[in-house]
Amino acid sequence: MKTGTTIAGVVFKDGVVLGADTRATSSEVVADKMCSKIHYIAPNIYCCGAGTAADTEKTTDLLSSNLTIFSQNSGRNPRLVMAVNILQDMLYRYHGQIGASLILGGVDCTGNHLYTVGPYGSVNKVPYLAMGSGDLAALGILEDRYQQDMELDTAKELVRVAIHAGIMNDLASGNNIDICVITREGVDYIRPYQESEYKDSRKMKYRYRPGTTPVLTEKVVPLKLEVVQESVQQMETV
Amino acid sequence: MEKHCTNSQVKGVSTGTTILAATFNGGVVICSDSRASIGGEYVSSKTINKVIQVHDRIFCCMAGSLADAQAVIKAAKYNLSFHSVQMESPPLVIAAASVLKELCYHNKDELQAGFITAGWDKKKGPQVYVVSLGGMLVPQLVTIGGSGSTYIYGYVDAKYKPNMSREECLQFATNALALAMGRDNVSGGVAHLVVVTETGVEHVVVPGNKLPKFHDE
Repeated sequence: MKTGTTIAGVVFKDGVVLGADTRATSSEVVADKMCSKIHYIAPNIYCCGAGTAADTEKTTDLLSSNLTIFSQNSGRNPRLVMAVNILQDMLYRYHGQIGASLILGGVDCTGNHLYTVGPYGSVNKVPYLAMGSGDLAALGILEDRYQQDMELDTAKELVRVAIHAGIMNDLASGNNIDICVITREGVDYIRPYQESEYKDSRKMKYRYRPGTTPVLTEKVVPLKLEVVQESVQQMETV
Repeated sequence: MEKHCTNSQVKGVSTGTTILAATFNGGVVICSDSRASIGGEYVSSKTINKVIQVHDRIFCCMAGSLADAQAVIKAAKYNLSFHSVQMESPPLVIAAASVLKELCYHNKDELQAGFITAGWDKKKGPQVYVVSLGGMLVPQLVTIGGSGSTYIYGYVDAKYKPNMSREECLQFATNALALAMGRDNVSGGVAHLVVVTETGVEHVVVPGNKLPKFHDE
């Protein structure tokens, strides 16, 4: 299952904003309408993934585990460059067989950073970025409206519009928009930030009142159980 | 990724580059363009850094597959740093070039990356070495590499003179890059020039619109 995605990231004055659509496709069928593409890596680092869904999931999971272990062993908060290096090493070792295109964003003691890691293991540090099948549409918006040191609301709006462009112009992207804002103070994961106008009103729970189906006859047969064997075993507790 | 049609031989992101290094009186100039492309059609980055510092006075330019080049340079940086600690002195430029050459030669089946190593050391002063795709290591006074280099062989052969001054050499390098970027579709962006001398390192960035223009532009 591929995500056929639009993901984007933008560095602003106080941190980083990441955005993603929520559609996961299996050829022409939408397999998941509310798929989560912004993955947790560390309290201050999040990662958007495009490409093969299983690969992005597992890769980001592994990265998160490794960083947590490192954090506990060294007593230091993880830095974005370390996450990027680990990812680059791993993806390069597999020579593109792991189909994961990732956007890593986060805030650490050295500042606000945004990196991209390609499936072959190439790394680039950028102030704004879009990836996935809808990247060209989103990049058009970002190239036009990106400015350095934007305010939070401007940055969120920019990412929303960029993902929206991807959703509108790419068949494989769609449904809702998730936004994740990472600053020095903390993380604001807004899911969904914007819901699709084309939602259906199906209810997921189907419970019917007793009496909806008419009862014609009723027969009650009590189930009699008798004790055949009883054994008690004491548990040894120190 | 499928939409970025891959007719090119390099898988994934390619540097599709113009790189150049030249010695002058007292130092070297190493420079490159800043475009990274996929499949020869899509510019994946306009501002990629292809001139990497591997030690205080030694720089490398990369050409070929971006992933391969970055991986090799990472390993080379580590090796060189370790070598420097063991020797208790800054490494020679040829040591840096050799580290790259060993990696490129012994892994030639898997790698698609070439390098130009240039810098200054106490023993031989300013030097330029080229490490080709298969792992050949050759010292030169001036060298060019990457897909864009084919368009400037004539210019470099005609205009380069050994022992130029720093300003002349910078002008020569800027002109050469501008000519190559003007003709090669997978080279472009800004021109990164690094000047290495005994006293220090200077990084000059020339944005695309400030590059020298020629008769037909």
